[in-house]
Amino acid sequence: MAEQVAFKRTSVLTDDYFHYCPGCTHGVAHRLVAEVIEEMGIQDRTIGVSPVGCSVLAYNYLDVDFVEAAHGRAPAVATGIRRTLPEDRYVFTYQGDGDLASIGMAEIIHAANRGEKITVIFINNAIYGMTGGQMAPTTLPGMRTTTSPNGRDTGLCGHPIRMCELLDTLVEPKFIARGSLSSPKLILKAKKLLRQAFDLQHSGFTFVELLSTCPTGWGLTPDNSLAWLERNMVPFFPMEVFREPGKMPPQATPYHPDLKVRDDAPKAEKKTEEG
Amino acid sequence: MAQRRMLMKGTEAIAEAAIRAGCHHFFGYPITPQNEIPEYMSRRLPQVGGVYLQAESEVAAINMLCGAGAAGVRVMTSSSSPGVALMSEGASYMVGGELPAVIVNIMRGGPGLGDIQPSQGDYDQMTRGFGHGDKHFIVLAPSTVQEAVDMMALAFDLADEYRNPCVVLGDGLIGQMMEPVTFPEPSERTFDRSWAATGKKPGQRRNILRSLFLDPEVLEKHVEKLFEKFKVMELKEQRYEAWMMDDAPPVVISAYGTTARIAKSAIRELRAEGHRVGLFRPISAWPFPVDGLATYVEQTRLFLGIEMSMGQMVEDVRRVVAGRRPVQFWGRTGGMVPTVEEIVAQVKERSAALGQ
Amino acid sequence: MATQDVVMAGFGGQGLMAIGKILAKAAMEEGKNVTWMPSYGPEMRGGTANCVVIIDDDPIGSPVVKRTQAAVVMNKQSIDKFEPTVADHGLLVINTSLIDRKAARDDLKVVYVAANEIAESEGGAKAANMVMLGAYLGVTGATKPETLEHAIEATFAGKRGNLGDINVRAFRKGLEVGLAARG
Repeated sequence: MAEQVAFKRTSVLTDDYFHYCPGCTHGVAHRLVAEVIEEMGIQDRTIGVSPVGCSVLAYNYLDVDFVEAAHGRAPAVATGIRRTLPEDRYVFTYQGDGDLASIGMAEIIHAANRGEKITVIFINNAIYGMTGGQMAPTTLPGMRTTTSPNGRDTGLCGHPIRMCELLDTLVEPKFIARGSLSSPKLILKAKKLLRQAFDLQHSGFTFVELLSTCPTGWGLTPDNSLAWLERNMVPFFPMEVFREPGKMPPQATPYHPDLKVRDDAPKAEKKTEEG
Repeated sequence: MAQRRMLMKGTEAIAEAAIRAGCHHFFGYPITPQNEIPEYMSRRLPQVGGVYLQAESEVAAINMLCGAGAAGVRVMTSSSSPGVALMSEGASYMVGGELPAVIVNIMRGGPGLGDIQPSQGDYDQMTRGFGHGDKHFIVLAPSTVQEAVDMMALAFDLADEYRNPCVVLGDGLIGQMMEPVTFPEPSERTFDRSWAATGKKPGQRRNILRSLFLDPEVLEKHVEKLFEKFKVMELKEQRYEAWMMDDAPPVVISAYGTTARIAKSAIRELRAEGHRVGLFRPISAWPFPVDGLATYVEQTRLFLGIEMSMGQMVEDVRRVVAGRRPVQFWGRTGGMVPTVEEIVAQVKERSAALGQ
Repeated sequence: MATQDVVMAGFGGQGLMAIGKILAKAAMEEGKNVTWMPSYGPEMRGGTANCVVIIDDDPIGSPVVKRTQAAVVMNKQSIDKFEPTVADHGLLVINTSLIDRKAARDDLKVVYVAANEIAESEGGAKAANMVMLGAYLGVTGATKPETLEHAIEATFAGKRGNLGDINVRAFRKGLEVGLAARG
């Protein structure tokens, strides 16, 4: 009987071993990104931007050109790349919740607001993993971390931030969705979201949030982590497609080409000057 | 063909010179007294097919430079002292990742919000404290608008040659004043960009531009490689002007940027009255022109550092003079510009104390 | 002529910066070294503004001077601020349309010009700055009048209407006042 290929490893992943902890879903997310890049045939046209956090070494695993960003600044770095390279290139960032929703909040909001033609992959595991399990902007109320030993006190540090919902208030984004990596079925669904985002990238800003586990940071077994995610994170971070073609963005401010705030603003070109 | 002289403001001349030097991308954030640079760029860059983008902060701006530099294009930003301080982290990443770019700092008064008047309080920031880790930036300090124009092409070439950000350090005076300028012919030099992250070529090694090397042995090797470049810079890129130094004047003023031209006016007056005074003007603040200054130590009786600060570059002068001659300092700060009269009086007083 | 320096001061909007630039440009066209240095910052947003122009055959050192050879003042605050900083026996050009006092110093050469009224009679009160520039040039001869007229024309080239003509006429009226005062 001829051998059948039941599972093929994507060629966009390198041969390196993941450094991630057992049960961490970063590896799954990496593989999904790699498979999307392979299926679209864009490996030679893709530039990744790695963050600071557990996935700081993403460039070791995803076999595409990479630029490393400072903590939180990946959307700004991606902006610089996007605005430089030809339109057929694909540019993505891969960021965790501390990187994107805390120190990098300004960069993500403004890149989304400008409609940068990039895909942002947002790994939300409700904790700072690499630094050892500190409270993140997405840490759930009451959730214990090394810097919220009695559980997140919302009176002291507010509620977790829902990034998809926040970005959904902006006009420019073309795709905003939240998925989860907590079950095989949801993983397949997450891959579809990533594919949609990459497919739409050249039309504007695209954003996929993936609910992820951090067994080490959470102090749970891999199995229990998955159950904990579905029981506690999903109710607070609903899995939805917030923005996609056909789903209208909020009302844009009307554009007035003739709207002038001041008369003495320098003219763009000499020849457009009156007289 | 003789180039036409044009009367231009320092900031606008810097912007135009950058474009003529092939600057294609500009990212920045408004701050006085350099706003004419982004304003000019926002008008001109689209005309030449370039990209102007106002960033949400200086922090974002420097990281946009990081991305554009990594993608292999000539890119610059400009800012002023506190804004430049915000860029220091990203600038360090660019040194580590060996990414070229030009950073213009039009200095204003500090510390803190300070004021918006001319200052030279960032000498230490740019030559010592700009970003974390073992690193250097070539720092060029123009004294006239024409010199600033000529420096822009040089700055881009140096950034590309060494794959390291290059700083042009001016002050509010040079930014705001107008002088006649002529623009040099564009440089013919070309630079290898095969290292840029533009998409992995099939069958070739991919390009990863990063500053993270978790293995200490590997990081040490990386830093040593960077310092090989810095050593070459120190050998090849020292620039200075020695003015009125041919008759071995006993008193030598050390000053850079616009302070140096004020010192020149003072020296003319002093010489007219029979006082022999010379000027040593570093053009590159880093690498400091150690070798040039060293040749004048023996023949000089007194060095007088003059700066629009409480004394920053003078420490480099002291380092070279190394106790062999007295090195004194006089300066104004907070946005106060030294006057010719003040410098004349300072030199006379100190010469008299020397027994001149 | 070794060196000429002048401070020009008045309200923001009176066009002091503009006549400083025109003077600098004309001197540049005659092959001179020039610098033009403005006051800048919040004070330029509607308050009193000034610029210093230096013209020299030799390279110019300091673009700022503590005591200028001349001051062209167009409002009360400016005469109060800059009359004391004019060098001994220097020149003070006063816009009498907006300044109701005489010069306080007796060592200065003083030229009184009703710049706003003269400009109005030439068809544009906004050209009062040109009258002042003309008066300054008439006394000092800092550049040739023709070079300066070219610089004015170049400044207004392509602008709406006959602004260039009005400004040149205003400049000439001021020049007459200056030449007469030169004595």
